[in-house]
Amino acid sequence: MPENRPSPARPRRLPVANQAALPRPTEVVLHRPTRLNRSLRVLRQNPLGAFGLMLILLLVVVGLLAPMLAPYGTNEFAGLPGQAPTMDFPFGTDKFGQDVFSRVIRGARISLQVGFIAVALGTLAGLLIGAWSGFKGGVVDVVAQRMVDTAIAFPQILFLLVIVRVMGPSMRNVIIAIAILIIPSVARIVRSAALVERNNLYIEAARAMGASDGRILLRHIVPNVAPIAIVVATTLLGGAILAEASLSFLGLGIPPPNPSWGNDINVARTTFPINVSAALFPGLAISLTVLGFNLLGDALRDIFDPRLRGR
Amino acid sequence: MGRYVIRRLAMAAMILWFISMIVFVLLRIGPGDPALLQQGINATPERIAQVNKEMGLDDPYVVQYLNWIKGMLTLDLGRSALTQTDTTDEFMERFPISLQLMVMTLVWTVVIGIPFGIVSAAKRNSAGDYTVRLFAILALSVPGFWVATLVLIIPVQQWGYAPPLDRQASLFSEPWANLRQFGPPSLVLALGPIASVMRLTRSSLLEVLRADYVRTARAKGLNERVIVLRHALKNSLIPVITVLGLLMGGLLGGSVIVESIFNLRGLGQFVYRAILQKDFNVAQTLVMYTAGVAVLLNLAVDLVYSLFDPRIRYA
Repeated sequence: MPENRPSPARPRRLPVANQAALPRPTEVVLHRPTRLNRSLRVLRQNPLGAFGLMLILLLVVVGLLAPMLAPYGTNEFAGLPGQAPTMDFPFGTDKFGQDVFSRVIRGARISLQVGFIAVALGTLAGLLIGAWSGFKGGVVDVVAQRMVDTAIAFPQILFLLVIVRVMGPSMRNVIIAIAILIIPSVARIVRSAALVERNNLYIEAARAMGASDGRILLRHIVPNVAPIAIVVATTLLGGAILAEASLSFLGLGIPPPNPSWGNDINVARTTFPINVSAALFPGLAISLTVLGFNLLGDALRDIFDPRLRGR
Repeated sequence: MGRYVIRRLAMAAMILWFISMIVFVLLRIGPGDPALLQQGINATPERIAQVNKEMGLDDPYVVQYLNWIKGMLTLDLGRSALTQTDTTDEFMERFPISLQLMVMTLVWTVVIGIPFGIVSAAKRNSAGDYTVRLFAILALSVPGFWVATLVLIIPVQQWGYAPPLDRQASLFSEPWANLRQFGPPSLVLALGPIASVMRLTRSSLLEVLRADYVRTARAKGLNERVIVLRHALKNSLIPVITVLGLLMGGLLGGSVIVESIFNLRGLGQFVYRAILQKDFNVAQTLVMYTAGVAVLLNLAVDLVYSLFDPRIRYA
């Protein structure tokens, strides 16, 4: 892992009352790297993270352009069922004679959609709950923390199964279930950041100027702890996509005719005669997606918050 | 120490109570009527009412909740709403299967994860280290159910081989058949934990190797092998033990998928079926049991941890 270098110290202005009275120092031209240059350097120092980012960008493009890229229609009967890969069907065909390649491409769209929306919702809620709980302290904090403890103790897959079973399997409900699952992990980390943040002098200053709790929370605490929440969210995206795939595999996720990778593996498993390629490729797609998010998440965590490393 | 233990026990009790309420309420909202599921769509309303009465499903929720808690505390788990089999009996029948699966998974995790983690840290930035780290990040990205599916279907397609899935082989009378049944699922289940333990052992050992007392040991000329294995390892394993406890708690849930794929008649498969069929009595008890074991494991790990490392108690 590359060493974490401290960022070059910025020149600070001297706290002098009348700066104009001082003789101006000779202008020193510093070559401050541009934003783009800096980003490129960060990428070079984290080749694995850069690779993860590329994987995800590729998948996002595939997901967005899915209808154009897929050679066959959504539930089109394309050829004989259960074929091994050929020129016409690079990933073979499934038990209904659909082109696995097209389904994998369309699956990217659904997977990413579920992952991004669920994590965005869950992170937003976790951010607000965590910041509030850390900022307010006292009873609010104790109650929120015990709820977080409870949620973390709850076996995840069972929680998802129960929620989706109760609400009925649909894309919306899968998103809600995964979002709820994410809240406690975000809330816990944001809370500890907010605990540190609330002791800063500028919070006291804001309070002295008569700012209300709500204003301090939303204008000062939340923006300052948000970067941590975003890093955590990235590390959770892979898990969210895995969760959707697992639910779909168990028949409680995205309802069947839709192209979901988890679903397709389940269909391939119960096909006879067995056609390995129909199970192999959707799984590879899941693995690459999750790998991309994991690599990117690890890199972001290393860059932004070395304290979180290894957790 | 006493106060710390009491506080932790109270917290665990509170969490268990929260979970029991959540499970109880969650399973009762939403569509699906167990009596209707049991009797079929053509059942008369009278029959449904009678079945509800027999199963206690027309009692007020408070009574149902208290009866459920009482049943769990007295080890009387009631009857399945669907199959009418005694839940306690079925639980006892399935428990050893899940236990064996978990123990084997734990063994793989410790036997593979820790040594490779040590090698990875001791030979930092070597080819071996990179291999271990690459394996770990891949293993954490690959869905278990996919690996399980491939492990089952590839041998069938290539060699026409399938592990015996139709019935459960006993470990004692047919050990070979039993291991053929449990080997693949336990390895698949161990994949994630192995990767986590490898990474954690590595990072934790690397941290300890930077400590002053390790430098002292080096300065007095001990060889590296003795330093790593005798001095550094012990301290670096404390966080690993904690995480092993957490991972085991998670395994109970993880076994849901693997048991279903490999057709092992364990608790995971049981709870999955119960949730799918909205079999309240069984589902609520099993979810509660799974969560309970996870909470207690967590508690046990924390207490053991505070024994090892007194700093924790005051944190």
